[in-house]
Amino acid sequence: MAGNVDALYIFLLIVTGLVTLLIFVCLLFFAARFRHRPGVEAEQIEGSTPLELTWSIIPMGVFIVIFLWGAVVYFQERTPPRDATEVYVVAKQWMWKLEHAEGQREINELHVPVGRDVKMIMTSQDAIHSFYVPAFRIKQDVLPGRYTVAWFRATKPGTYHLFCAEYCGTLHSGMIGSVVVMEPAQYEAWMNGGSTGPLSATGEKVFAELGCGTCHRSDETGRGPNLQGLFGKTVQLEDGRTVTADENYIRESILDPGAKIVKGFKPVMPTFQGIISEEQLNALVAYVKSLSAAKPGNAVAAGSTPPPAKASPQGSQVQ
Amino acid sequence: MSMASASIQMVERENYLNKHYGVGSWLFTTDHKRIALLYLISITFFFFIGGFFALLIRLELLTPAGDLVQADTYNKLFTMHGMVMIFFFLIPSIPAVLGNFLVPMMIGAKDLAFPRINLLSWYLYIIGGVMMLHCMLTGGVDTGWTFYVPFSTAFSNTKVVEAGLAIFVTGFSSILTGLNFVVTIHRMRAPGMTWSRLPLFIWAHYATSIIQLLGTPVIAITIVLVAAERALHLGIFDPKLGGDPLLFQHLFWFYSHPAVYIMILPAMGVESEIIACYSRKRIFGYSFVAFSSIAIAVFGFLVWAHHMFVAGISVYSALVFSLLSYLVAIPSAVKVFNWTATMYKGSIHYDAPMLYAFGFIGLFTMGGLTGLFLAALGIDVHVTDTYFVIAHFHYIMVGGAVMGYLGGMHFWWPKISGRLYPEGWAKLAALIVFIGFNLTFFPQFILGYVGMPRRYYQYPPEFQVLNVLSTAGATILGVGYLLPMVYFLWSMRYGKPAPDNPWNAAGLEWRTASPPPTFNFDEEPVVTWEAYNYDELKSMPVNEEAPVDR
Repeated sequence: MAGNVDALYIFLLIVTGLVTLLIFVCLLFFAARFRHRPGVEAEQIEGSTPLELTWSIIPMGVFIVIFLWGAVVYFQERTPPRDATEVYVVAKQWMWKLEHAEGQREINELHVPVGRDVKMIMTSQDAIHSFYVPAFRIKQDVLPGRYTVAWFRATKPGTYHLFCAEYCGTLHSGMIGSVVVMEPAQYEAWMNGGSTGPLSATGEKVFAELGCGTCHRSDETGRGPNLQGLFGKTVQLEDGRTVTADENYIRESILDPGAKIVKGFKPVMPTFQGIISEEQLNALVAYVKSLSAAKPGNAVAAGSTPPPAKASPQGSQVQ
Repeated sequence: MSMASASIQMVERENYLNKHYGVGSWLFTTDHKRIALLYLISITFFFFIGGFFALLIRLELLTPAGDLVQADTYNKLFTMHGMVMIFFFLIPSIPAVLGNFLVPMMIGAKDLAFPRINLLSWYLYIIGGVMMLHCMLTGGVDTGWTFYVPFSTAFSNTKVVEAGLAIFVTGFSSILTGLNFVVTIHRMRAPGMTWSRLPLFIWAHYATSIIQLLGTPVIAITIVLVAAERALHLGIFDPKLGGDPLLFQHLFWFYSHPAVYIMILPAMGVESEIIACYSRKRIFGYSFVAFSSIAIAVFGFLVWAHHMFVAGISVYSALVFSLLSYLVAIPSAVKVFNWTATMYKGSIHYDAPMLYAFGFIGLFTMGGLTGLFLAALGIDVHVTDTYFVIAHFHYIMVGGAVMGYLGGMHFWWPKISGRLYPEGWAKLAALIVFIGFNLTFFPQFILGYVGMPRRYYQYPPEFQVLNVLSTAGATILGVGYLLPMVYFLWSMRYGKPAPDNPWNAAGLEWRTASPPPTFNFDEEPVVTWEAYNYDELKSMPVNEEAPVDR
């Protein structure tokens, strides 16, 4: 069970249960005690400002507590730990395609080891979908045209439902799968069976096939920016803005190169919109990230989509 | 039968129902009371269509496999259930029927400020309704009532534009009703009817009208943009065309969240009238209840993105919208506390409208408190887009708004029809609705927390028990909704003639005949008393055998 969400849930059940009880007891008591009796008139009462303030301010205080607690849990849910294992997710009508950074590809099934943080970098090929694993208490919409991120850490082996939670057409309710949580040893065995090599290696091939290296050279002589160590850094743009080189930035720069021109470069890159598939795009992103992974000092500069915050060890988990 | 009411009915007085006869006298009427009845017939028609869709949905969900209808059919059923119930029943329900009938009477006016615009608004509603019916009969639409892009603009093969235009046209009916109410309440109050003497029903409708005026144009614009992208491939929302799908969600909820308050605020107004009458007391904290309506209308516009906590908005904007959502909960809580306090030291009668009011407070309280779960960011991530949300908003919109509507229909039925409904049947119906409602929707809270997503045509077998309970409840609820229609129709012919003020209630609408004359009052009333003057009413000589005092 995802303990943090459930703890807040139980707290809310208790608070709202007490309030409901209070109101219902008052209603029933008043209804019985002050039922109409011949000859007994109602006593007219104008109201009471102190009472109004009391029952406005006390709920407000309780609400602030719930709000803060909910916000803390949300921050944990939205902030993937930096060293999480990455899985690229492509949603489409009506299936889930999952690619592990290590290279395994799966459809509608996600195998993960117990006790490891897993971060999903997700995009959709068509409508909006939503990645929902009730057992982990996580849900994140998956949008076309951008990456969204979710993470979890499973704490108990087993098979859990994976649902699409955003209505996406005819077989929305058929867009289901499972998350298979395995003991680490089993997982290693599974991972080694039929792997095609790491995703970044696939990305390197795509990079070469598309001739990206012609301009994006590994020194400063190319017509495009050098991509070595780029991921996670802050990039100066031609128009004076700065941007963090996260997954969404790299994605956008491939599909819509004119959107953000790096300072000192010209908008000469053609778009790859419609030329490469979501899977190739993910591989390219993984490849560009791998160019920074060799130098961990750089990669720490900035996180991905959600802003970096303290990665909590007690995020979404299963028992 | 009392002598007083019998003598009243000896000669049938001229009233708004019998002054003119013939279809033309109805279709071209500018009398707000007749227009209210036109709306009553129209929205009842759509209520049962929407209810029929709900029945089919519940029957499909009786078993985990998708076996009753096709997947596409199911998707159309929940889409059209939502569209019909929200745009063609709930939004017009209390304002266009009870509000139309009562707003002028409660403030002592002869009619609304713009009687012809009032009729126009009904025609717009009917045009939109016919378009919606045509759309449903020629294939329907499957986007969900939320029209989320890019599904609605690029992937759905159904009649999205036609359904959108039906809602677009109907939206203007809502805008015009709101406009009419605002002007009427400002300009047409009888001498002495100051703002602080207005019944809380009027305050609630004033707040509602503001939302209708300010919010509805936004959904109209949004629908036009969806149609433009779908038909002309303008890149507004679809990322493939350079658009932003989250922009749609912001625009859509900017209207559709306040729309929830269009549905619930008028019901809150109804409750205030009923609880005061059957407790024989002035509403506790009148000004707090009045201003809480305005506060809800204002804050209601600032919370829309709480529908989008998992949609991909930034963490920080989610924090702001979560906090604001808790702010809007305060005025709702204040109302519940004040209604409860009103009963303290009252003289409480258990007639059918009061049973509906008890039901309203109970169900609205549960709907409101489960809203606290959804506004809590960490929990919303888990339960949004599941049956928890379905249960939550049905507690508000069916448990709250429909209970309020039915309670109000019973309370004012003698005024509207000139007849009394059968009290025993009405109490039974209130009980059946309450039991059926809870059996239908309470299991859905649990279903949602254990993870059943909404809009699922088939589901894993472990969810079946709760779904069976829900379907069983829905059949009971259906009976509860059919009953009032039957006995209201019955009472129009066989009901006892109603005295002018059968409940000995406060309010100007009770100081004229039942049914009222065409211009409401034989002479313009002059108000010299505060609202809910039940301390004076107890000594009023009228209708001593009225049901309340029996």
